[in-house]
Amino acid sequence: MVRKIKLQAKNREFCRKISELSGEVVMLCEQCGTCAGSCPMSAEMDITPSQMIRLVQLGQEAVLENKTFWVCASCYTCTVRCPRGIDPAKVAEALRQVKLRQAIDYIQIDEISSEEAKKLPSVALVAAFRKMTG
Amino acid sequence: MNEPEKMDLITIYILSRQYHVPAGSTILTALEYAGFKLKKGVGCREGFCGACASLYRLQGDYKLHGGLGCATVVQPEMQIVQLPYTPAPKAIYHLEELEPVPEVFTHLYPELYRCLSCNTCTKICPQDLQVMDYIQAAVRGDLEQAADLSFDCIQCGLCSARCPAEITQFNVALLARRLVGRYLAKKGKYVEDRIKEVEASKFTAGYQELQDLSPEDLKKRYFERELNNLIF
Amino acid sequence: MIQIPYYPGCTLKNKASNFETSALAAARALGLELVELPRWNCCGAVFSLSSDDLMRHIAPTNIFLRVQEMNRDHLVEDEYRLVTFCSMCFNVLRRTNQRLRESLEDRNKINDFSYLETETYQGRVEIVHLLELLRSMGWDKIQERVHKPLTGLKVAPYYGCMLLRPKDVGIDDPERPTIQEELLRSLGAEPVDFPLKLRCCGSYQTVPDKDLVANLAYDILSRAQKAGAEAITTSCPLCAFNLDFRQKEIQEKYPMFLPIPVFYFSQLMAIAFGLPQEVFGLVGHYANPRTLLATKGYLQATSPLEGGEG
Repeated sequence: MVRKIKLQAKNREFCRKISELSGEVVMLCEQCGTCAGSCPMSAEMDITPSQMIRLVQLGQEAVLENKTFWVCASCYTCTVRCPRGIDPAKVAEALRQVKLRQAIDYIQIDEISSEEAKKLPSVALVAAFRKMTG
Repeated sequence: MNEPEKMDLITIYILSRQYHVPAGSTILTALEYAGFKLKKGVGCREGFCGACASLYRLQGDYKLHGGLGCATVVQPEMQIVQLPYTPAPKAIYHLEELEPVPEVFTHLYPELYRCLSCNTCTKICPQDLQVMDYIQAAVRGDLEQAADLSFDCIQCGLCSARCPAEITQFNVALLARRLVGRYLAKKGKYVEDRIKEVEASKFTAGYQELQDLSPEDLKKRYFERELNNLIF
Repeated sequence: MIQIPYYPGCTLKNKASNFETSALAAARALGLELVELPRWNCCGAVFSLSSDDLMRHIAPTNIFLRVQEMNRDHLVEDEYRLVTFCSMCFNVLRRTNQRLRESLEDRNKINDFSYLETETYQGRVEIVHLLELLRSMGWDKIQERVHKPLTGLKVAPYYGCMLLRPKDVGIDDPERPTIQEELLRSLGAEPVDFPLKLRCCGSYQTVPDKDLVANLAYDILSRAQKAGAEAITTSCPLCAFNLDFRQKEIQEKYPMFLPIPVFYFSQLMAIAFGLPQEVFGLVGHYANPRTLLATKGYLQATSPLEGGEG
């Protein structure tokens, strides 16, 4: 699918913001797709990790509405394999943080059933709350 | 005629407005001297009920301090506001249906696991409690330590108001103390013994005697009673 | 006895207490006294990846300060290594330590913020995973301590993510690790290699989406079984939960799936060292571990139906 976009200052600003928040030079990405191929969660994602980075390169704020970075499990497989030394996990975290810092949580704590809550080890709750609540 | 004592007045700020109040006043008496009629944010006036939680800043100090209005003496240039109430979620539970296990927190206060261990709660606690430590004890499932470290908590709410993870520390602690008291703490044998004595009518005659006294005799007996506890 | 400060992490104190019981006993049998920090807080489970976040680095910094306090109070003598074996804790602690060591500004800000602390942190502590400690002792030393070699026990070592990634914090090669295989061989067991030993189990996604985790766990476990594994071993209570307890969801979706027990590496150590059965920690499992162990002769006569819900 081909879509025409016109790059404007606000796109550059979004790209800069994500680059700064993640600490990653996203413009280095050459779209090789290694992260997409390595990601264990990619089957659950709506766009691949490499597509997510492409959208950040192009400063497309609509990437914030994708599911991809919420499904990320921070496994760092992409981190160790990127041939350009980019850390896509940090880019995913930056996108999550933009949402979370606007007080838009991905999980609602009170929606966890008490049955599940009693079963889950505390490490799971602590990690999930850190990644998906603000 | 006695000359009125010359009062040493100091400048303080209440809700950012300047007032001059006697040195040595507490926040509560300073508020009243300044003309505020306290209907909320006041209670026992002796550091026990937790109603008079206040926030203040001192001159030349960037830190935000928490104190009880009845127990904090005002200082020159102090800036004060009261926080009589902090909205807090209170989980509904029946103590008899709970077990003294760590899982009570995962399902009754799951936000507990957002704790960042930042110590903001400890910094603001007017009772100098180790709030972060008792919260972390709850996270670890150590109910007894959570109960022990939170024992002097008076539920003033300042910790919860400041907590970046939006935990209600004092309700978590209350649950821990209730569970420990109900299921884990040693039962005092003296309580059981005393109940048995009461049921065996050991005190019936004594109570009857007091009830039969006239009001004057009762008063006399009261003032002449043996005071074997040091109250002061 | 060599005394080293030890950080358990919250999960090892409740749901994964069997990991702690078996590991402390196995360490003691090797002359290592892992001395728990007298006061500690949750590490935060995940390393905060935002460049500007300092708040989430405070919890690990507190923990490093406790190690300093242990030395100050002579609970250990000049020992600034901190041993942990929960892989999630290990990853967060080591990465935070690295970040603090690299940035004086971050250290100063955190030290200044934590003004209630009696000391400041300047990067003195070294985080060590128990497996690294064992490797540095030498596998022959481990082998010497084995009284009941796990001969014929086919175990697939599952690494997961946090032990090995990113490269500069990992305890072994992130693509071809061998440390768990070396441990298993020293215990007399037969390590079973399989392609998904490095693949993420789903981690914290188990909270919002247990079916996703069930799918990932099914792939991992069935591949291990196809390679001939009778058991899985891991170093992470979250992996253990996802691979073990989510077998309930796996069985609902794939009725032909056979349950496979999931052990912590320390449990196999305790068994191989011939330690008392109570420290094997055969509680809190979902897939019953006792049947397999009893068949191989590692358990005293007890009911094979105990120890698991599945």
